[in-house]
Amino acid sequence: MTRIIEAVDLTTHFYTYEGVVKALDKVCLRVDHGITFGLVGESGCGKSVTVRSMMRIIQEPGRIEGGKVFFTPKKGESVQAVDLLSKSEAWMQGLRGNRISMIFQEPNAALNPIMRVGDQVAESFLFHRKKSMSQKILTDLGRADTVVFPGTRRIQKALYALSAQTPKARILTLSRRIPLLRRWETRMKKEAFRRATEIIGRLGIADPDAVAKNYPHNLSGGMKQRIVIAIALACKPDLLIADEATSNLDVTVQAQILTLLKDLKKTEISSILMITHDLGVVAETCDRVGVMYAGTLCEEADVKELFTDPKHPYTIALLASVPQRHQEGELKTIDGTVPNLVHPPSGCRFHPRCPHVMPKCRDEVPAFIPVGENHKVACHLYDVFEHQGKSDV
Amino acid sequence: MSEEIILELVDLKKHYPVLGGVLRREVNTVKALDGISLAIQKGECLGLVGESGCGKTTTGKAIVRLHPPSSGHIFFHPKGQENPVDIAALSPRQLKGKNLRHKLQMVFQDPTTSMNPRMLVKNIVAEPIQEQEKLSPKELEARVVELLTLVGLNRDHLFRYPHEFSGGQRQRIAVARAIATHPEVLVLDEPTSALDVSVQAQILNLLHRLRKKLNLTYLFVTHHLLVVKYISDRIAVMYLGKVVELADTETLFEQTLHPYTWALLSGIPSTEIDAPKARILLEGDVPSPLDPPAGCRFHTRCPFALDLCSEAEPPLLATGENHQVACHRSHETRSLFHSYTKEMPPAAR
Amino acid sequence: MNTVIVNAGHPRWREFKFMVYRIFRNPSAVIGFGLLFFFVGVALAAPYLAPPKYAHAPYQMPHQGFSPTPKAPSAQNLFGTTSGQYDIYYGVVWGTRTAFKIGLFVVGIAGFIGVSLGVISGYYGGWFDEILMRFVDIVWSVPLLVLAMTIVVAFGRGLENIMIALALVEWRWYVRVIRSEVLKLRDQDFVQAARLMGLSDIKIIRRHILPNAIYPVLIMASMDMGSMVITASFMSFVGLGAPKGYADWGQMVALARNYIVGPPDDPMRFWYTVVIPGTCIILFVLAWNLIGDALRDAFDPKLRRR
Repeated sequence: MTRIIEAVDLTTHFYTYEGVVKALDKVCLRVDHGITFGLVGESGCGKSVTVRSMMRIIQEPGRIEGGKVFFTPKKGESVQAVDLLSKSEAWMQGLRGNRISMIFQEPNAALNPIMRVGDQVAESFLFHRKKSMSQKILTDLGRADTVVFPGTRRIQKALYALSAQTPKARILTLSRRIPLLRRWETRMKKEAFRRATEIIGRLGIADPDAVAKNYPHNLSGGMKQRIVIAIALACKPDLLIADEATSNLDVTVQAQILTLLKDLKKTEISSILMITHDLGVVAETCDRVGVMYAGTLCEEADVKELFTDPKHPYTIALLASVPQRHQEGELKTIDGTVPNLVHPPSGCRFHPRCPHVMPKCRDEVPAFIPVGENHKVACHLYDVFEHQGKSDV
Repeated sequence: MSEEIILELVDLKKHYPVLGGVLRREVNTVKALDGISLAIQKGECLGLVGESGCGKTTTGKAIVRLHPPSSGHIFFHPKGQENPVDIAALSPRQLKGKNLRHKLQMVFQDPTTSMNPRMLVKNIVAEPIQEQEKLSPKELEARVVELLTLVGLNRDHLFRYPHEFSGGQRQRIAVARAIATHPEVLVLDEPTSALDVSVQAQILNLLHRLRKKLNLTYLFVTHHLLVVKYISDRIAVMYLGKVVELADTETLFEQTLHPYTWALLSGIPSTEIDAPKARILLEGDVPSPLDPPAGCRFHTRCPFALDLCSEAEPPLLATGENHQVACHRSHETRSLFHSYTKEMPPAAR
Repeated sequence: MNTVIVNAGHPRWREFKFMVYRIFRNPSAVIGFGLLFFFVGVALAAPYLAPPKYAHAPYQMPHQGFSPTPKAPSAQNLFGTTSGQYDIYYGVVWGTRTAFKIGLFVVGIAGFIGVSLGVISGYYGGWFDEILMRFVDIVWSVPLLVLAMTIVVAFGRGLENIMIALALVEWRWYVRVIRSEVLKLRDQDFVQAARLMGLSDIKIIRRHILPNAIYPVLIMASMDMGSMVITASFMSFVGLGAPKGYADWGQMVALARNYIVGPPDDPMRFWYTVVIPGTCIILFVLAWNLIGDALRDAFDPKLRRR
């Protein structure tokens, strides 16, 4: 399988009053084409920071200190991987929302309350898809049955022809500032709105035309989250990043959205990177899982393997603390609390809470080693495996 | 479990008026709680489950009298008193005067907002005690330390501000504050939903231990059925201001009768990866409590709704020992679930 | 965020240190507090910097002669004299005290009235809130100048009357600010928890509401300290405020009114009469505004995380 995005030794620090918070410590994360990858961990473990660092949307006082993020756009084509951390901000803007989309936990914060939701989905097209829309309109204008304001067909054709070639041409930007003249774009806006309605319809919303003309406050929480998903999917991204996308929703609505994401995975999106604290959500929707603890990735495996045969003591403890339907006896807990990342524990960051702690754990940072097919773990307990593996070779 | 009843809610209602127009006349009412009757037994943990807006928190807050109910009764049987007191009819001052205030306490959902950010832990925990009895500073501190030890903290934590603690520790402080005055009933309003799973387990175990040790009665309000299953003896499921099903925990999970309960149960994403899934996907969202559907309130989303369901409201009827359900088709829902699961396309499972 | 305590010491002291850090992280705070300390020093040391000529009335500026033409700075009159031969140096030094007097009195009275009414109205709501807010609306419609003139006409010219007039209109700001804060806090979980303990309303307000609601008021008060001095100066300038010869910056500018521009051949001849008291006003106001800005940044709830 080929990777779509891969973070190598990603390190991010936050510079606060209390000191430098070492939020990410050499995180290596690889998401392959065509899978749903779940990134789980408790709050403050750095799962959101990882993804935000990868997308370069870390806010002050955070700073990416090192590492590389490789992005390989299309499956199959031999496109060279690009390091996102070395690209310009303008280049990244062309990528976000276009090749990689993100959806967040709070749909209210993601939607503009004074814009119709259809317009908000359409904005994505207007930002990223000017070229293709202009071409489409150009062919429309070529047809005789298209109704055009008398005498303007030639001007419109010229403008759209220019827009189809260089959508950022200075004369077009200028024309948008001039009243009346900027009306030529109406056709494009209509096209964008039409496409928006179409994509809203594909998300299992019964009456997309009516919904697209609504304002966010007229819609329910689940519906709003669907609109956010529609915005994210508008440009057919290669990768969809869902940051706690269902955590704020009610159980029955969450089930709807998860089912929707699963269906979309088959038809619209090639890969999903899902960040969540809910192990149940991961178990139901993901193919592969990464478990994070205190700014490090401690285990990565296929979902079935992780839930049936977890290796890292933290993963084992985490799974045991989830109430089950057939719960027997008391819930297991993890002693102690999550460490302060200003002064993270030496060696393995989990060692102060680990039931199997060894002297080695205090001094050495465990390497991320394979313990089976598609199963990697960062724990000294499995160092023997590494040696065995080497001797086999 | 003793069969002694400690709290009895009778046809409890809470309507919020919606004011409109220049004259601020009441144009509509939000029926947050529309007539619920429950009996809570002494020493038990009753789970109250439902989605947002179903009235579960309103019920909890009505019991501790944070807001007065619009109508109905809450009969409270305090320890050592012969006759029950209808606390729904008492004003906050009367409640305090009758020495009942401290017997009904509550733990809030979000420990970051439930404590004054400018008070030290010592003062936070000491505040309810000071309100109750006069103690010398030394005795007071000893009591606070004792309470902190009870919830798994210690003397070192006395002189700190809430923001210096993690979420789980903050919730421990909130629990210490709630049990400081020896309450008899503790309303737990989503005490773990703002916490991580591993911390959630710690708090759940702590609450479980405290209940046995201090002989408390819990009303555990949550949206998470598995959490409530872990800690509760009985569970009441609420939908749009009504109780739709009430049963012993085991019975509710094994003998689910109401389609909504079943949808809730099957909707929880489970970590049991090999377990067979019979998911029932509800369409749409919870209707607005401003204008609840006529008849059975669930009929707009129910996959098994009949014409009858949109006309008559089903009463909460006993179907067996310790099992009540409000559904017109309760006698056949088991078989309906069974055939629904069979018909489901394999992809949706 | 986490439990490990980085800097030891009593928590209140730690909290104070953190607050000081947040305030002085802002360079404008350093300038603002620097200026403020300077003015405080001048005001405290006024009897030593400029020993009063009339012990019973130190605020009366001494003057030698009655000539209306100002005199340039000299060894005898450090900053020169203004119209009427009043010593500018003396006026500026004692004027600092006047400025603090105006600011503290007006902000103190207005703040006290505003905060107490605002807290009661926000916490209890209901008809009291409704009536009070309508009354505040009426106060909002009272123009300051008209009120000041009415008071001056009724009770005579004087700084005290101006201060009363200012306090009478200024409290309306405080009512609104504190009320909106209290409304936000009233339904917070920790206030509800306090109610569950059976705490009386007074205790809830004192312990839980006020300490959390007071910060916007402090910010506004510090801004107001400056702007009240400006307004009072303006009143003095138009002849409603301090009487002639009173050590008040605004009154001194008013005295120099005819000498803002000198004779045609030398327009800058009497610059000191206007520039020196004017600069004092500007710096005083600047000091409080910078402090206010710094406080606003420091108390910004969005930044209240570490």
